[in-house]
Amino acid sequence: MPETRILPTEYVTDPNLRVTSSGKTIRSEEMIINMGPQHPSTHGVLRLELVLDGEIVMDVIPHIGYLHRCFEKHAEHMTNYQQVIPYADRMDYLASMNNDWAYALAVERLMKIEVPERVEYIRIIMAELQRIASHLVALGTFGIDMGAFTPFLWMFRDREKILDLFEMTCGARLLYNYVWVGGVSHDLPSQFVDQAKAFCRYLKPKIKEYNDLLTYNEIFVRRTANVGVLPADVAINYACSGPMLRGSGVNWDLRRDDPYSLYHTLEWEVQVGKGEVGTVGDCWDRFIVKVREMEESLRIIEQALDRLPEGNVQSAIPKRIRPEAGEIYVRTETPRGELGFYIISDGTASPSRVKARGPAFVNLSVISEISKGAMIADLVAIVGSIDIVLGEVDR
Amino acid sequence: MNPSEIHERLTSTFGAAVVDAKLDAAQPWIQIAPDKIDQVCQFLAREDDLAFDYLMCLSGVDYNNGTLGVVYHLSSIRHRHKIVLKASCAKDAPHVASVSLIWGTADWHEREAFDLMGIIFDGHPDLRRILLPADWEGHPLRKDYKVQEFYNGMRVPY
Amino acid sequence: MEELLRSIPILGESILLYLVLAALPLVFMLLYALVTVWVEMKVSAHIQDRLAYMRTGPHGVAQPIADVLKLLQKENTVPATADKFLHALSPYLVFAGTYGAFAAIPFSSAYIGSNIDLGVFYLVAVSSIVVVGILMAGWASNNKWSLFGAVRSAAQIISYEIPAALAILVAVMISESLNLQVVSRLQQGGIQDWIVFGGALPLTQKLLVMPFTIIAFLMLLIAGIAEVNRTPFDLPEAESELVQGYNTEYSGMRFAVFYMAEYANMFVVAAIAASLFLGGWASPFGEFLSGPIWGFVWIVAKGMFIVFVQIWVRWTLPRLRVDQLMYTAWKVMIPALFLCVFAVGLILVL
Repeated sequence: MPETRILPTEYVTDPNLRVTSSGKTIRSEEMIINMGPQHPSTHGVLRLELVLDGEIVMDVIPHIGYLHRCFEKHAEHMTNYQQVIPYADRMDYLASMNNDWAYALAVERLMKIEVPERVEYIRIIMAELQRIASHLVALGTFGIDMGAFTPFLWMFRDREKILDLFEMTCGARLLYNYVWVGGVSHDLPSQFVDQAKAFCRYLKPKIKEYNDLLTYNEIFVRRTANVGVLPADVAINYACSGPMLRGSGVNWDLRRDDPYSLYHTLEWEVQVGKGEVGTVGDCWDRFIVKVREMEESLRIIEQALDRLPEGNVQSAIPKRIRPEAGEIYVRTETPRGELGFYIISDGTASPSRVKARGPAFVNLSVISEISKGAMIADLVAIVGSIDIVLGEVDR
Repeated sequence: MNPSEIHERLTSTFGAAVVDAKLDAAQPWIQIAPDKIDQVCQFLAREDDLAFDYLMCLSGVDYNNGTLGVVYHLSSIRHRHKIVLKASCAKDAPHVASVSLIWGTADWHEREAFDLMGIIFDGHPDLRRILLPADWEGHPLRKDYKVQEFYNGMRVPY
Repeated sequence: MEELLRSIPILGESILLYLVLAALPLVFMLLYALVTVWVEMKVSAHIQDRLAYMRTGPHGVAQPIADVLKLLQKENTVPATADKFLHALSPYLVFAGTYGAFAAIPFSSAYIGSNIDLGVFYLVAVSSIVVVGILMAGWASNNKWSLFGAVRSAAQIISYEIPAALAILVAVMISESLNLQVVSRLQQGGIQDWIVFGGALPLTQKLLVMPFTIIAFLMLLIAGIAEVNRTPFDLPEAESELVQGYNTEYSGMRFAVFYMAEYANMFVVAAIAASLFLGGWASPFGEFLSGPIWGFVWIVAKGMFIVFVQIWVRWTLPRLRVDQLMYTAWKVMIPALFLCVFAVGLILVL
């Protein structure tokens, strides 16, 4: 007759007690530790509550809202649709051009405004330059989280050249208020085309330098390969977008698959993660997708600069924006993913509801899924690879 | 599939749950009863020829006439079609079925709709405030929202 | 040096003599720290394509002095719930661990703090006091992140002592002595006699031994970087995760002591590697440019070169994760070094 083992009564009620191989019971507890809201590597005011078992993360509970600035409520109180654009700038402050464009595109579709071709090309050039600038920040800060201090400074040096181009055009370095409903605020100055082409020639060998120093560095690969693997079906279920989705192997880019503006007339390719050094969907894949997207953006910019037609950039800007009652949802591809604006108009001069669907907000929600079982150092890599900007997470 | 075909499928499967539709708008929408929205979404996500696997956006709306609504923007990566679903509920009893078990992304979207609009999602595993502090009073995006005077001893309107 | 000091009447045989002898490395260490802070600042700046300080003195040479003055007058904040005694003690314990190692480093043929026959053994042992200090710092700060940093650091330093000791063993086997003065004297014949190139052995043995000594030297450099907690092994103080690791709750003078102890440790590790493998105070040209004062110049130059390599590596490579760090020590370096020790031993015996 088999012996029945009677467990000590404490074991039955207390889940923290474990029975060791010699039969003794030891008590162990999981440690709850806070990462943030002030922390060098959470890229903003994000609080991650970690439940740890030694160095292993059992659970991650993100707490957001520290940067909530009531964008949607402000938008309802503006007396003019154009006045919302500076607020939209400040949502994802590292990709202001793309934010402005998404909102302006939504209002243009609501009012059925056609913008001149020159405006379309200028918007494409600015958006792609902004994409490169945003990726430089994302990759640089990711490197710094991994302990590589040098690429960060090199990438910021190169980003300064992009900011010089922006400052030359509209006077601002970070928050531009440039893309307006129906056009852009300033035409390109005369030296812009030459300087932008010089920049494209300048950056190509620099990307190769970054690859030599950081991307294919053995230590960096070991830190990021097979870490934070996001399977494709989980990514789609959690509505991840941008480099997160493409890093998981899903060939989906809104510029090609839900086309807007003149992207379909230009030659460029969508970069997808293939699991070259590890599993498909790990941090390294998301990193290499961003690096290759920068190269593709350079291609787009060069083509757009060559095709830039003449025209008046402010001819289609309406004097009064009073759309008919209706609603629209428009999404564009920003450096972080799918930025969508859902605008409901009730026929008056101010919007009735503006909902901003921020890609960083949606991408961040997947973090508890992909970090179970990682170590703290891996968690830093995962948060860095999701590439969040708290302004967009919290709006 | 175009929106009228989708509307056909839904009315034939769910009948009375499909309350309204506007298929000639720039972005056609279909209105569903708020307690049946999760079954409808389950159907839309699981059927092979519909395969709405991507929830683009879930927004809470205050229609300023005593009703709140939730607007679902769905798309399919496989078939590349889109549809908009709406669900309305009364402002004093704002209950909508939760779709967070179908799409993982709905979790945070519904929490945000609850936080800012006060819509209660039945069946959501963890419905609590996400952007505002846990002890904030009121739901700010409602049209009749009055900001509170004091929050933890700090004067709120300045 | 000792005879020179003994001849000064006031010192003679009194305790003052030994106090002066013990204080000389302290003077060196302070000057060296000032120089190295400036070197690190400039080297890191030029690697990162920027200039660093240019205004405090020409090219910022007075900046380290400004930093020291700033740290001296800073408020000493101690967390209210910290263990005050341990919090106060730990920086000095870490400093004592590193400073104690200066006693056995031969700065010149005429000066070594303490000419013990167990020089190498003593060095390895005394640098382990640092572990105790770091653990104390992490615990006493009453901060979970500091504790993490301290525990990781302790694990790391203890693990990397073993490859360091094995690499040192290779040099010791060739020079047949644990006394660093003897080891340096053995490499006096010029660069071909340096132990990293096989030592002063007959040619066939030398050529056979050379690959293993080169490997051992490189491993000693790597283990040295790990001992000092510098990138790529700086997870204990990884800014992006742990703010400052076990240093987080320290400011003012105590932080200055930690900081200086880290730089001193860099030099200790560099000097040990230089003495054992690169000839110590021996000139690479043999008789030319040798002598007691030149010897001091040579060992400082070699030590500074290795410190420069440490700084260079810090600003180039990302950091290893803690389990990868342990893996490298236990599963890569120790087997490789066992092989080296065994091979060198075999070659010397046969």
